[in-house]
Amino acid sequence: MLKNSATERLAAVALVAPFVIIYCWMFVYPTVRMAQLSLTDAPLIGAGHWTGLDNYRRLFSDKVFWTAVWNTSYFVLLTVVPGTAAALGIALMVSRLSGWLQSLILTMFFLPYVLPVTVVYLIWQWLGNVQFGVLQFIVVPFVGHPVNMWRTIPWFMPWVALITIWWTNGFSILLFLAGLRNIPSEIYEAAVLDGATRRQIFTRVTWPLIWPVTVLCLTIQLILQLKIFDQVYLFALGGRTAATMVLVQYIYEQAFQRNAGGYAATIAVALFVIVVGFSVLQYQVLRMRGAR
Amino acid sequence: MIAPAIAPQGRRWGTINLGGALLTALTLICACVWFFPIYWALVTSFRTDDESIKSFSLLPEHPTLDSYLYIIAHSKLPIFYLNSTIVSLAVTAITLVMSICAAYAISQLEFPGRRLLWWTILASFMIPVPALIVNHFIIIASVNLINTYAGIVLPLLIAPVTVIVYKQFFDSLPREFREAAVMDGANEFQLLFRVFLPMNWGITAALGIITFIGAWNNFLWPFLAAQDETMMTVTVGIRAVQDTFGVAYARLLAGAVLAGLPVSLAYLLFQRRVTQALTLSAGIKG
Repeated sequence: MLKNSATERLAAVALVAPFVIIYCWMFVYPTVRMAQLSLTDAPLIGAGHWTGLDNYRRLFSDKVFWTAVWNTSYFVLLTVVPGTAAALGIALMVSRLSGWLQSLILTMFFLPYVLPVTVVYLIWQWLGNVQFGVLQFIVVPFVGHPVNMWRTIPWFMPWVALITIWWTNGFSILLFLAGLRNIPSEIYEAAVLDGATRRQIFTRVTWPLIWPVTVLCLTIQLILQLKIFDQVYLFALGGRTAATMVLVQYIYEQAFQRNAGGYAATIAVALFVIVVGFSVLQYQVLRMRGAR
Repeated sequence: MIAPAIAPQGRRWGTINLGGALLTALTLICACVWFFPIYWALVTSFRTDDESIKSFSLLPEHPTLDSYLYIIAHSKLPIFYLNSTIVSLAVTAITLVMSICAAYAISQLEFPGRRLLWWTILASFMIPVPALIVNHFIIIASVNLINTYAGIVLPLLIAPVTVIVYKQFFDSLPREFREAAVMDGANEFQLLFRVFLPMNWGITAALGIITFIGAWNNFLWPFLAAQDETMMTVTVGIRAVQDTFGVAYARLLAGAVLAGLPVSLAYLLFQRRVTQALTLSAGIKG
């Protein structure tokens, strides 16, 4: 028996070793080093001096940092709730269909989700092109003249938010569809027999039963969009990035364009704290779901 | 008794449901609007350069493959393809094997630190990977792996979700399997790869496809780690094509179509698996 558990332990160590090594090397270690680096004035590559909390003091009075916090929050506001609402609407529409028509329509809604971000960027850059873009046919009647969406600061975030919803919504749609499928059809049949109208069926049956999935989608989207970088970076290329800065982009700029590794790590710690804060919230929500 | 017209699924009652038909039509219109950007990119990529900036017709007036041929011949796209394939396959293979082994040990074996490891994995779910880019770069640079495949692959191997999904799968299998196989003198590796894993290849297929798509699409890290054009993945490199070609829109979009093609095909061919993987990773039973 003793020998048995010894070999079991040996096998376990051999099995977890590759994972643990990569994990410590690419995850635990960089996380610890990030905190350490944020207390120095080190460049990206090379040693720096210990500066205590100087970077953090600088962070709090750094205008661009607060612009990045504001833009990130604004972006979250523009994407999370509208995106989830759109996904629920689409899922409700798709779920009433069946057979090949359902697969076709779901594919049309889902396909953007699997595209690389640069492809999404190229597609929408062409669509919104100020000279030749088809979207100008929609813009011109409202504004009176063609608009360069990602070079006009007030248009920038809503534009990128719209594209992000288009791009990432497939995931939420799938979750809602799975959730809708899990509602037993007997409940609907009973509601119909009781004379419920379409509206009543939605507000009294579908909505309460789909609420847990809604919360799940909202929290997943929230955490995802706090980490926004790719689309904002691509559309801001060549523009006034300071005005449209988001948090991850500021980390990138400080580290890789200004060679300020220490300060970049400080911004990273701030992002870290924000995301972990919201994740703890998400975990609580998920646990509450699990307890039901 | 009840007017069938108000039934949400009117077809069941065999009546023609006007409201339902209208809703279906509306759904179809929404789907077409949603899909239009992709359609428009496709159409543009088959136009001549001249036509692309003049014509708004729904079909190319003189369909041509010139843009595709040009971009394959005059850009580094073929090299980007090779790089993406190598990186994505490596990430997928290593992530799966690592996760399977770790999840099996955590689920089925007793060893010191098991609970600690599991909690670390669960907690790591919360850590924003983009916050780690600075230190990833420092680590990868310190071992001289910037601009190498290994350097691009390593930070992409963090996949707590894959381990969590596999652990839940192994947990769901009856304990008797293990006991019976151990009696027969099987060792843990045989047990894992001959008994446990083959029980449901579907999960491995699903997670494999989604890991591949994720690796192919990753932008931020490959963008930092591949500084030389010959090391860029498709997702990073296709943007560089823009700088070379300037305002040749048909060519740019042909490049975009080619860049998105492998992942789109992976999705279209394995739709069910992709759906399964995504719902599993969110903890919903599909």
